[in-house]
Amino acid sequence: MNEHELIDILAVETSCDETAAAVIRNGTEIRSNVVLSQMKSHKRFGGVVPEVASRHHAESITQVMEQALEEAGSTFSDLSAVAVTEGPGLVGALLVGVNAAKATAYAKGLPLIGVHHIAGHIQATRLEAEWEYPALALVVSGGHTELVLIEEEGRYELLGQTRDDAVGEAYDKVARTLNLPYPGGPELDKLAKTGVPDVPLPVAWLEEGSYDFSFSGLKSAVMNTLHNARQRGEVLAPEDVAASFQQSVITVLTEKTARAAEACGVKQVMVVGGVAANSGLRAAMEEKFKDSGIKLQIPPLHLCTDNAAMIGAAAYINWKNGDFSGMDLNGVPGLPLHT
Amino acid sequence: MKMLAIDTSTHVLGIALADEQKILGEYTTNIKKNHSVRLMPAVQSLMKESGVVPDDLEAIAVTTGPGSYTGVRIGVTTAKSMAWALNIPLYPVSTLQVFAQNGLGFPGLVSPLIDARRNQVYTAAFSGSTGENTVVRQKKDQIILLPEWLEGLAQTQEQILFVGEDTKTRQELIQEQLGSRAVFADWMGQTIRPAEIIRVARTTGTAREAHEVVPEYAQLAEAEKNWQKAQSGRSE
Ligand SMILES: [Zn+2]
Repeated sequence: MNEHELIDILAVETSCDETAAAVIRNGTEIRSNVVLSQMKSHKRFGGVVPEVASRHHAESITQVMEQALEEAGSTFSDLSAVAVTEGPGLVGALLVGVNAAKATAYAKGLPLIGVHHIAGHIQATRLEAEWEYPALALVVSGGHTELVLIEEEGRYELLGQTRDDAVGEAYDKVARTLNLPYPGGPELDKLAKTGVPDVPLPVAWLEEGSYDFSFSGLKSAVMNTLHNARQRGEVLAPEDVAASFQQSVITVLTEKTARAAEACGVKQVMVVGGVAANSGLRAAMEEKFKDSGIKLQIPPLHLCTDNAAMIGAAAYINWKNGDFSGMDLNGVPGLPLHT
Repeated sequence: MKMLAIDTSTHVLGIALADEQKILGEYTTNIKKNHSVRLMPAVQSLMKESGVVPDDLEAIAVTTGPGSYTGVRIGVTTAKSMAWALNIPLYPVSTLQVFAQNGLGFPGLVSPLIDARRNQVYTAAFSGSTGENTVVRQKKDQIILLPEWLEGLAQTQEQILFVGEDTKTRQELIQEQLGSRAVFADWMGQTIRPAEIIRVARTTGTAREAHEVVPEYAQLAEAEKNWQKAQSGRSE
């Protein structure tokens, strides 16, 4: 590859409730990053409704792709490839992006690149700074809680993952129990800041040495604690419950990340995914890695939540390796992260 | 003018390619296999076999439903993305109308039936014998309980031709209601012929910008229905 060559990739992401497209240059430069959020539409249902999400994607996908090209000042002839999230995610939602990307790539004679959504979240950090290997990523979102080791570019090794609820899911469920508005995660984070973490709640460490997570026990403990207090006629301050829940979650996330970072001798740690926007988690991670000699990187909010820029960043690695997808690319809801 | 047509709104996967004079190629399968995986390779192969490159296309036509939600989205998304990328017009065509084309020339009404679960069907009614190249719409696309639809048809004096795979299982009920006025298409009349999409698009279709074309589901998503019900319950 010519070092001065400009590789612009049109990337598409529709794995959940954001219809997104971006143009990314050489895997690191955001030429455009368009995200059409469906949050308002799903709010009335109290959560993402897959069929409704798929419908919105199909309605707006070509407009979003067009806007991405326009904002980048690009035409098709400037593009080197079309990339798309192939999974994991909601199957009906994934299918819209996959079929849009395939049709566009075929129509314009461009190579197609299928991207793993989690690889995308991790590579989002490349849009901000260079990496040092080995690196460790904590992926936290409404659908994911994973610790991923990256020993070299494009190689992902899953060290641990949640055995039940994803951390974002646990946040949403506890937020609902506390009658917080949708989406609950950010609201709970906000509320937690005003409380004192003095409500006794469990921290799920699991077996010695495990990098896995579990949040369903904690979620049930919150519900039981609230229920028992009500039975006794006591009122627990919701901000204290929120602060205690948040502390339990953050303790285990931070501690396991630090242990894995040390055990694997990584040079840098990244926190990515929607829950990386959580202010409590950010603060705890910064504190934990402050004097560790390990570089901590947490992308800005708009690159933490689902977007297509991160898919374009991840796709660039495939492009460099000549790793392209065929026209039979499918949306795969449970796509494993290949190592 | 070369036009590509796409239909994935039922179990059938159909593609057609035609110029002004003739069908260049047509591809149909009626097997319950993944449209998302198979559609683009089929398009690619049909185009290649026919010696047509994407830039040769001057328009695309697509069935927009009603039918399988996911199936309709795969076809519409593919067609609109291609039309957008190639900057050519897109013709949205009712799946039911294309289906009814199987009854062109029938002296009476043509009613295509697509199963919509819970005793409901997606259907419409068209005049078959019009002296034209296309059937002419008499009743709009809708989702309706089959007995209710048949009651309505019983009010007319016409012979009614039922087309579509999903007529087979309903044959008895239909005959009970309509007696000898009900006529059933044979096996050839039970799948959509993709080239008919192009014929309908050319004859009665409207060219649209790709962005404007959306699936026509004929009904709201389940969650949306429930939400609306809850809303109206609240205001009463
Ligand atoms: Zn995500």
